[in-house]
Amino acid sequence: MARDTLIACRRLCKSYHDIQQGERVVALDDLTLEIPRGEFVTVIGPSGCGKTTLLNIVAGFERPDSGEILVENQPIQEPGADRGVVFQEYALFPWLTLRQNVEYGPRERGVPPAEAREIVERTLRLVSLQGAENRYPHELSGGMRQRAALARVLVNDPKILLMDEPFAAVDAQTRAALQREVAQLWAETGKTVLFITHSVEEAVLLGDRVVTMTTRPGRIKADVAVSLTRPRDPTSPAFNDYRRAIEQLLMDASAAPT
Amino acid sequence: MAADFSSASAEVERPTAPERVARLVRRLIVPGAVLAVWQVTVAAGWVPPASLPSPAAVVEAWWVWVAGPVTPLAWYSGTWGLYLLMSLRRVAAGFAVAAAAGVGIGVLIGWYAAMEDLFDGVINFLRAVPMTAWVPFAVFFFGIHESAAVFLIAFGSFFPVVVNTAAGARQTPRILIRAARMLGTGPRKLLVRVVLPAALPAIFTGLRVGLGLAWVLVIVAEMLAVQGGLGYALWSAYQFSRLDLILAAITSVGVLGLASDRLVSATAGRVLRWQRGLTGL
Repeated sequence: MARDTLIACRRLCKSYHDIQQGERVVALDDLTLEIPRGEFVTVIGPSGCGKTTLLNIVAGFERPDSGEILVENQPIQEPGADRGVVFQEYALFPWLTLRQNVEYGPRERGVPPAEAREIVERTLRLVSLQGAENRYPHELSGGMRQRAALARVLVNDPKILLMDEPFAAVDAQTRAALQREVAQLWAETGKTVLFITHSVEEAVLLGDRVVTMTTRPGRIKADVAVSLTRPRDPTSPAFNDYRRAIEQLLMDASAAPT
Repeated sequence: MAADFSSASAEVERPTAPERVARLVRRLIVPGAVLAVWQVTVAAGWVPPASLPSPAAVVEAWWVWVAGPVTPLAWYSGTWGLYLLMSLRRVAAGFAVAAAAGVGIGVLIGWYAAMEDLFDGVINFLRAVPMTAWVPFAVFFFGIHESAAVFLIAFGSFFPVVVNTAAGARQTPRILIRAARMLGTGPRKLLVRVVLPAALPAIFTGLRVGLGLAWVLVIVAEMLAVQGGLGYALWSAYQFSRLDLILAAITSVGVLGLASDRLVSATAGRVLRWQRGLTGL
């Protein structure tokens, strides 16, 4: 199936000045990656490999030093509601209730109140958060907060979901449930997803493709297509073959930095 | 996922009636003891009545001040209500100016580096000058006039508000800014949508400190720069050597200061409802 390219990163370079070490750190070095519409891409790599930088550039939070970043062939200038970001730290507005957090996007975009109410209701149902609408973020569990963060971007009907280690801070059971829900949401909505993780299992479980990165400079080491049927069974031999292969790639990546 | 979250929200336990009574009693022990020691000290003649009137004498003088007939023979009789209103009005006017200017300028300073460069030096310099040093200037500039008092109060309580607001705005988590941006908030609206609400806890801290200072300054201004008000009564009582009235005036100011502080913290509790359980508010 030939699908058009939605996100195109071409020869991205980005470096920072590391204050602690007093030297320049190359986060991304000549990184090229194309993501077709509707694909679920997971990016995995050792910490400090620049995977979050990649996400921040696609989100429009940061500008690359050089290279091109295109969404639907248009260069990205700034953040926008067409690219919803789910942060590991949730980043819900603590002064707004759950419902107000979800309503925030439609209000900012000027959606008429009646219509906004309807899509907010629908989205809250989608992530199973009805009944908790009037609670403040600190009154919610980690899993509920991450569902709320997901609802807050889904309500904007973004073309792209950018997820930055979204489930790293929740307990294992909640994580498994959230992974199932995200896989299901993706199947139902057909969103294009760029999903950063440091868990090999999570990468293989969710991704159509698993992109592995090397650290310093951040480059793509391998780009593995996962041809397992969904829903995937993490205990199956085929799953573990992928898992082993990717773990090996990661070990090579951290053992011999180029 | 099961979705019954309705019951778990109110985890704060309400104290029972006996617990509340016990708390009230505990709160009254120290003030009661102070009053008792004071009364006994004077009654036993350990200090001469001329240097310390008894609490009962203070209450008596206070009563005349509050409810006595207005007469040219006793300057203070029946003037308490009027003086109270005068002081309140000055504090309200000065503090309103300070709060509006302090929050407005503080948010801008905390958010825009250029505004910080413009104002930070001046504010820190002016803040280092004790407010009482401005009294002679205010009297010369405004004369013995309301505006001198309002100026002193507004100017003095502006600083805690602006400094706290700027600190709060400066500490707006970057991730919340990013979250707002990716949800469709334009760069110009960030100030109102994110920076201001994120700074609210710090703003209320500033407002509380500022209001406390407003009461200090109204008394200073009324003693030195304007006619009428509790501070004016206090100074007159001193000039007539009426220690009982001095103590009555001090107590009046204390009660008012406490009441207005309660008002601000109750407002803060309401506005910062989202913080409940996160802080000791």
